[in-house]
Amino acid sequence: MSAFHTLKVGFHRLGSPPNFYQLATRLAPWFWVGFLITASIGLYQALYVVPPDYQQSDSYRILFIHVPSAWQALAGYAIMAVLAAIALIWRIRTTEIMAMACAPVGAAFTFICLTTGAIWGKPMWGTWWVWDARLTSMLVLLFIYLGIMGLYAAFEDRRKGARVACILVLVGVVNIPIIQFSVEWWTTLHQGSTINFFGESTMDPAMLPPLIWMTIAVKLMFTAVMLQRASLDLIDQDRRKQWVVGAIGEQS
Amino acid sequence: MMSGSIWALLTQDLRLAIRHGGESLMPLMFLFSVIILVPLGVGPGPNLLSAIAPGMIWVAALLSSLLALERLFRPDYEDGSLEQWWLGHLPVYGLVVVRLFSHWLITGVPIIVFAPVAAQMLYLPPDALGTLMISLLLGTPILSLVGGLAAALTLSTNRGSVLLSILVFPLVVPVLVFATGAVSVAAEGISPQTHLGLLASILVLALTLVPLAAAAALRITVE
Repeated sequence: MSAFHTLKVGFHRLGSPPNFYQLATRLAPWFWVGFLITASIGLYQALYVVPPDYQQSDSYRILFIHVPSAWQALAGYAIMAVLAAIALIWRIRTTEIMAMACAPVGAAFTFICLTTGAIWGKPMWGTWWVWDARLTSMLVLLFIYLGIMGLYAAFEDRRKGARVACILVLVGVVNIPIIQFSVEWWTTLHQGSTINFFGESTMDPAMLPPLIWMTIAVKLMFTAVMLQRASLDLIDQDRRKQWVVGAIGEQS
Repeated sequence: MMSGSIWALLTQDLRLAIRHGGESLMPLMFLFSVIILVPLGVGPGPNLLSAIAPGMIWVAALLSSLLALERLFRPDYEDGSLEQWWLGHLPVYGLVVVRLFSHWLITGVPIIVFAPVAAQMLYLPPDALGTLMISLLLGTPILSLVGGLAAALTLSTNRGSVLLSILVFPLVVPVLVFATGAVSVAAEGISPQTHLGLLASILVLALTLVPLAAAAALRITVE
């Protein structure tokens, strides 16, 4: 009971903007350090250790950026949705701001996923873009992210904007699986066969370690950027309040 | 008492739409301007036109449904009568459903009624006409519901209309896929039951959840 109590108090303390700001600005550099370490291990393994593919030679190495970004694009949405639900249910302002900070980062990873996919697709499939189910649903996901960002930005009252955008985030949670399903249905209807990413060659076990390192790196980067965006948004919104003057004064 | 208030809101919405006359017919006019532009753009060949007819009619219906959304809640929001929705004895969920239903009657039903004309203009195979009508009957209410949600979300923003289309388009992807899929398979002589069933289930889901989300968004806006 007492452990739960401490947890609960800690959770509520995080809801206070000064506490959140302090924690976020302290944690973010450590996430960046973690990112640099894991990304350098992952990239070294991906570029020098892993042997070239027998079909795609070296060009497949873009996978080690492409796949972690794709995963993070979806994971980022899940994190944002959990934060949005917490924000709407308990009306915690810092969670609203964190949810809104997830959207641009998630959109960036979706964009990275789409562009690296296009760069990879050009030599492999001979075309930059294919109306494949996964590509199309990623593109739709990008527009959902952009819609959330646009909605948040369109409000004069930022608090109101954040809460309305949180509703849109939750609507997306219901809709994204339906979109995924419908797009898969659509490609089977309109095209005879679709191109699969891992269609012919199953993945070599040697490719796994760099992929895992890069996935961890991308997750750490997401967290670092999200925390920094959230704390900057927070001090921007509260710039006339006493605690911001105190916190910034302390640092300089 | 309860049905009386609902009836009052519905008749008021319809009366306003009739008195605005031309403005209420804008979506239909827009639909036909798209249908006329398509042959001018891709050429008058019947084969190509009948192949793209299901998609074109549906895309036109989707775009035209966006037109009237801007004013769905705005007049009520600006004159303050939207706030009254929380003071009355009716659940806001019900009021949102009524408002969206009247929006569908004004914009969706004319599109369904005139769809056979549009289908003729694009040489849709006659066998597929029935399926087109059913798909519109099931699909246009979803467009009204999703559009209404977007209208509620963007109500107190000042660039609502641009945002509206960006918000609606990803959410209605499944509707477009299943509806045009139904018409396309019907044109090839295959039973479109699966597509229409999926479309109907989306309608039920939207009818259950969208008014909840829209009411929550309106509430935050009014607060």
